[in-house]
Amino acid sequence: MTAFLQLDRLTRRFGSVVAVDGVSLSIERAEILALLGPSGSGKTTTLRLLAGFESPDAGRILVEGQEVTGIPAVGRRFGMVFQHYALFPHLDVGQNIAFGLESLGVRGGDLHGRVEAALALVDLVGFERRRVADLSGGQQQRVALARALAPEPRVLLLDEPLSNLDPTLRERTRREIRAVVRRVGITTIIVTHEQEEAFDLGDRIAVLRAGRLVQAGTPDELYRAPATEFVAGFVGRSCALAAELLEAGDEGARVRVEGAVWRLSGAPGLAPGAVRLTIRPEGLRFVTPAPGTLTAKVTDRRFAGAQAHFTLATDGGATLEVTAEPEAVPLGARVGVEPTGRGIHLFSPEVA
Amino acid sequence: MTSVRRGTVLGGILLVLLVWLVAYPLGLVLLESVHVPGGWTLRYVFRFLAGSNEWQALWNSVWTSVASVVLAALIGVPLAFVFSRLEFPGRGLLGSLIALPAVLPPLVGVVAFLFLFGETGFAARLVQSVLRLDNPPWRLEGAWAILLVHAYSMYVYFYLFTRAALARLDPSLAEAAAALGAGRWRTLTRVTLPLLRPALTGGALLTFMTALASFSAPYIFGGGFRVMTTQIVATRLNGDYTAAMVQTAALTLVALAGLWLVQRGEMTGSTGGAKGAAPTPIVHRGGRVAATALAWCLAIVLLLPHATLLLLSFVPVGTWTVEAFPPAYTLHNYLALLSEPERLRPLVNSLWMAGAATAAAMAMALGAGVAVVRRRSPGGGMIESLLALPWAVPGTVFAIALATTFSVRSPWTARAVLVGTLWLLPLAYFIRNLPITSRSVLAGFRGLDPSLEEAASSLGAGRWRTLRRGTLPLLRPALAAGASLAFVTALGDFVTSIVLYTYDTRPMSLEILSSLRDGDVGVAASYGVLLMALSALAFGLTADRSPESR
Repeated sequence: MTAFLQLDRLTRRFGSVVAVDGVSLSIERAEILALLGPSGSGKTTTLRLLAGFESPDAGRILVEGQEVTGIPAVGRRFGMVFQHYALFPHLDVGQNIAFGLESLGVRGGDLHGRVEAALALVDLVGFERRRVADLSGGQQQRVALARALAPEPRVLLLDEPLSNLDPTLRERTRREIRAVVRRVGITTIIVTHEQEEAFDLGDRIAVLRAGRLVQAGTPDELYRAPATEFVAGFVGRSCALAAELLEAGDEGARVRVEGAVWRLSGAPGLAPGAVRLTIRPEGLRFVTPAPGTLTAKVTDRRFAGAQAHFTLATDGGATLEVTAEPEAVPLGARVGVEPTGRGIHLFSPEVA
Repeated sequence: MTSVRRGTVLGGILLVLLVWLVAYPLGLVLLESVHVPGGWTLRYVFRFLAGSNEWQALWNSVWTSVASVVLAALIGVPLAFVFSRLEFPGRGLLGSLIALPAVLPPLVGVVAFLFLFGETGFAARLVQSVLRLDNPPWRLEGAWAILLVHAYSMYVYFYLFTRAALARLDPSLAEAAAALGAGRWRTLTRVTLPLLRPALTGGALLTFMTALASFSAPYIFGGGFRVMTTQIVATRLNGDYTAAMVQTAALTLVALAGLWLVQRGEMTGSTGGAKGAAPTPIVHRGGRVAATALAWCLAIVLLLPHATLLLLSFVPVGTWTVEAFPPAYTLHNYLALLSEPERLRPLVNSLWMAGAATAAAMAMALGAGVAVVRRRSPGGGMIESLLALPWAVPGTVFAIALATTFSVRSPWTARAVLVGTLWLLPLAYFIRNLPITSRSVLAGFRGLDPSLEEAASSLGAGRWRTLRRGTLPLLRPALAAGASLAFVTALGDFVTSIVLYTYDTRPMSLEILSSLRDGDVGVAASYGVLLMALSALAFGLTADRSPESR
């Protein structure tokens, strides 16, 4: 069976810039997909292509195997929550929510009932006659969500839904959005540039860079097995440095990092030679400096409760981050590090 | 002396000046309309109420103003949509060109219209010679001529207001409507137009007030069709002063009623506020060609009167008789204007009077800004209302009011004889400029972040240095906008000038009129062109890209 929503080699150019470059994705019914990427990666354009505000230069969009690429936004029945909410300022909360229902021809008591139901869904019962301008940012966000969901769209699109809220509200609103979307069971695509949001909201995450889909997978997959150095750096923290792959086999690899030679598990799938190494903070542990270990100086220490994050400058000039016990090493000390056996990935050097 | 005390003193001085120069003359008009040398009488009021001529003129004023609003909206609003929403070659240039009539003196527009569409104008001659008619094909006279001129010169208000509002409209609102299944028509009627309401109300109010106060168009094209402004001047010229007062009072009341009606219906709406929608390029080739051609045609039609004026300014006197195009061209008109002292005089007059009036009005506005916004002096609301009042009152009314107030020597009632002196006309310009300068300057002061001044003083800057290095540079765009608009308005003024001028203070507008009466079309046109050029120059020097409202 094909997926509920399919993006098939979608491409959108603006002049000479390719904003979205052959993106293909499959999203299952009721799945929540987070489109994650830095600004300019094409994630918002992808969302606007889905909404029908932009037309692709190539590629197709299919819902349940039916192509919807040529259907304009008006007829597509995709709900959208805008970054700045785009609530109609001259209409009250109830009228905003009724707007999409009226387009469907819902009238009278039925209309009223469905507006009430939508308000109940976002926990805003009794707010029907309030003016939009009188609501707080979080409440406006929920009205926007209720308005998008009221006409029972086939797909829900959320454009950076939390970027307009202050940080203390974000986490709560994130939970609320997740709960509502789960309860409705709607197929959802959410655009964000924050990995924490993507981790929290998305069943799966699609990482975009310069208009291309780099990797799609569950948060765990992306963290454990990043497909590129970019994903390793963008999803979770990691430091990158140059190394030399000495030997690669099915059970492991030997790499030379500055003066040290490390044994890493797993098949790197690379030929021996120059490589890039990404190291997560949990990928290294401190050892006594000795010949044959990678030695570095502790340049910074940030205390974070049970653990501390240490910044190291290696003798070769690279910067590393290590997470360890708060009292593991003093600031300014010379230390040695060795791999813990996880959180280190090898990539070929030419694909930056 | 504390700053609060200083504010109170400044506010007090301003209030006294404004009451004397703005409220007092208007009050005197009301008083004089029921007062004759012998005592009090309601005779003239009853005569006005009974007189069919006066009622007819008042009714004509009202209905032509309402019709002007409708016509101006029908041209201006669609035009704003086309220029905001569609992208086509020449959009930027045409978009600013068609806003031009707003900055040109009304009389220049009217005269340009006369030269183009009048019975001996360009268009009429062309039609006449093509169809080989014996007589001009039409006469530009009466109500329809006035409406034509009004529609032509006032659509700009709707155009600018609507464009500015569309630019502020958050484009995601229209997208949200589309995502909620609303088609174009429903989006337009349920979302876009309701959000444009404040702008449309503003445009309607401005058009109504301008049309009601319009003098040049009815004066030149009215013929037998009298509106209130021309009626007042005619009555006064007949020496019927008290009747003129009653008419003046009646027009004032209508103007204030109009102001009140529109403001009552106005709602405060904000559109939320991201950047406006980018114009959509027209993809269809035929559509693009059609839209471009249409826009250019329209712009040419709208700019044709002024082009005609320019052309005529190069035509030697008496050489253009029956031909469709003038047979000869010369610079003589301009040379005459600059070389003959008698001809040069109005230019000099207009420049010094407009300059002095603008400087004084700017000083007053700055004082009001400090007193009302900074020091929050008591009576601030009153000061603001008095500053805005001359805007709501037609120019003819104010001219009559000033002529009445300053025709008597009576120091105890704060009256002096200024009629017939050099000072009355600049004084009138000054008062008429107050709403323009004070609106810009007060808005500028309100837009200033008070903490900037606090920051300046915490950095050790004294009061003078704070003003010179901090406040004034920040206010500069507002000051420039207000000053240039005020200067241009005074420079091209005709309404108040025709009531208050003397031979020594005759301004350019009256010279245009008298050259026109003498059949000296070339000189009238070259004066018109000069007035346009000076106006454009004043705006160009202080160019602020945002569309100014009046």
